[in-house]
Amino acid sequence: MENRIKTLFKRKPQGLLSVYFTAGYPNIEDTVPIILELEKNGVDLIEIGMPFSDPLADGPTIQQSSTIALRNGMTIPKLFEQLKAIRKYTQIPLVLMGYLNPVMQYGVERFCQEASEIGIDGIILPDLPLSDYVREYKSLFEQHNLSKIFLISPQTTEQRIREIDSHTNGFIYMVSSASVTGGTNGNAVANTDYFQRVAGMQLQNPGIIGFGIHNRETFTQACNHASGAIIGSAFIKALVREGSLQHNIKSFIQSIKQEA
Amino acid sequence: MKYTVDEYGFYGRFGGAYIPEMLYPNVEELRLNYLKIMSEPDFQEELQALLKDYVGRPTPLYFAKRLSEKYNTNIYLKREDLNHTGAHKINNTVGQVLMAKRLGKKRIIAETGAGQHGVATATVCALMGLECIVYMGEVDIERQEPNVARMKMLGATVVPATSGSKTLKDATNEAIRDWINNPEDTYYIIGSVVGPHPYPDMVARFQSVISEEVKAQLKEKTGSENPDYVVACVGGGSNAAGAFYHYLDTPEVKLIAVEAAGLGVDSGESAATSVLGREGIIHGSRTLLMQTEDGQVTEPYSISAGLDYPGVGPLHAHLHQSGRAIFESITDDEALQAVLELTRLEGIIPALESAHALAALGKIGAKPDETIVVNLSGRGDKDLTTYLDRFELHGK
Repeated sequence: MENRIKTLFKRKPQGLLSVYFTAGYPNIEDTVPIILELEKNGVDLIEIGMPFSDPLADGPTIQQSSTIALRNGMTIPKLFEQLKAIRKYTQIPLVLMGYLNPVMQYGVERFCQEASEIGIDGIILPDLPLSDYVREYKSLFEQHNLSKIFLISPQTTEQRIREIDSHTNGFIYMVSSASVTGGTNGNAVANTDYFQRVAGMQLQNPGIIGFGIHNRETFTQACNHASGAIIGSAFIKALVREGSLQHNIKSFIQSIKQEA
Repeated sequence: MKYTVDEYGFYGRFGGAYIPEMLYPNVEELRLNYLKIMSEPDFQEELQALLKDYVGRPTPLYFAKRLSEKYNTNIYLKREDLNHTGAHKINNTVGQVLMAKRLGKKRIIAETGAGQHGVATATVCALMGLECIVYMGEVDIERQEPNVARMKMLGATVVPATSGSKTLKDATNEAIRDWINNPEDTYYIIGSVVGPHPYPDMVARFQSVISEEVKAQLKEKTGSENPDYVVACVGGGSNAAGAFYHYLDTPEVKLIAVEAAGLGVDSGESAATSVLGREGIIHGSRTLLMQTEDGQVTEPYSISAGLDYPGVGPLHAHLHQSGRAIFESITDDEALQAVLELTRLEGIIPALESAHALAALGKIGAKPDETIVVNLSGRGDKDLTTYLDRFELHGK
């Protein structure tokens, strides 16, 4: 079967909305309901955060959701158990995002195999270096039909971007500006030089912009520069507003997708 | 066996640079330049002049007569406590601030545990006229208040880290996040032999002045440059790296690394990484790490803020795994006992961190004709409140 991320980009090369949430937050059993609700409201791709005690690239919102998720008892085995039957209910592309250490302790090979059996399509591990990936894990990921998604930032050199592009499949995660996740100060999408530079490189992989995308305005701007955008912290904040999970997800996604 | 870093940034199987891509340009810039810059004559000239006239090096190697009598052996103290700012930390910050200037950086960030590295960073930033931001765990801000005051006096901004155990690990997370947010103008002065390559190697090189001096001083005093033992405490492990450095390839010199057992290694309140940790990734480095079965980092505990860290530098992980260094662990109470002992026998009040190394003297079993060098990494001024409380000396 073709990887669902690939299929998605063929079907819809523009205006993709990807949403990140932390598994196990706000409640331990919310993982599957959140996925199904996101799909129902027209989200194109979902990143499921595997909580880590020391999330270096994340701002306060995802740090806090991770702390609570861990306190709720979220672990990789627990998450895999919850997702075991997910492909009976949805074909939306699913990406697991987390830090290397928990995956390393679980065993990278076992992790890839079980993720693949569940029907996961991609993996993001921001602190797994490209060199280690290429040397030790690339064939493993490919064998299990998992896209390994890499990040680039405005400081990443053209040579490095091309190297990343050559070793990945799926999409390139374009970090909008120099920032940890969840920044809403200033305009995350102001760095148009960077987006145009990447667009002009004619990479084999499409790009999605993330970090600091938090409302309709920033989402639309990001979509003008790439195939789509990723919203994480703003969605996590919306999840715990007053009202049901279903209501909060629906009203948040509508606020992003619909004309103001 | 090779104990220094290899061309890929590894010590055996430990080390590397496990960092988010956003940090890659900065770390790569440093990796490509640090050895070249450190070998430039004008860099060395400036560094050596500052170490001599500003830091006060060489620090004495002191024969501790009464302490030696007590343990029936020959004990020398490497007096890093006599450095400007009161600890070995400034050896590294002087070097790194010169590195930052050569790389054209304008803004300096640092993490600190006991506050010694924070003070040493704030000091060199004042000296060089650079902006300085120090991240420090909220718990450590309380227990090392004098150092917080010194940093503020020196013009640094002290930012509390409020996540996790609110100690050194969390301060390091915050410093790394700051660096992600400010990639262009900012240089991160890491205070220990931790973090992504090339930091562990660069910090070890800047601290290696300790063992370089010990060799010459011991030769002058005893006729041999090699002691039987070198003893140093290990949190991240910078003072130990410096004290061991020039002895790494001299196997007849036994290296003793002393970790903080906290309330006891089996108490659940400990920072003895070599006993409680297993291989993992922390702060950009593959090393020994205290963690749960699921790979979540465990909150460590030690009375000593400088040793209260759930990992250890990759060099030390390698020294432990290869058997080159012997690891001991010392409880809070044993360390406190050693503070009082050195104070009353030699008139030297050591830092809580260094007291862990001193407390290991009773566990080594050195013979009367043997020689021990203990790296007295810092002085105890910052710990006086703890000492007065623990020794019930208030109002006496």
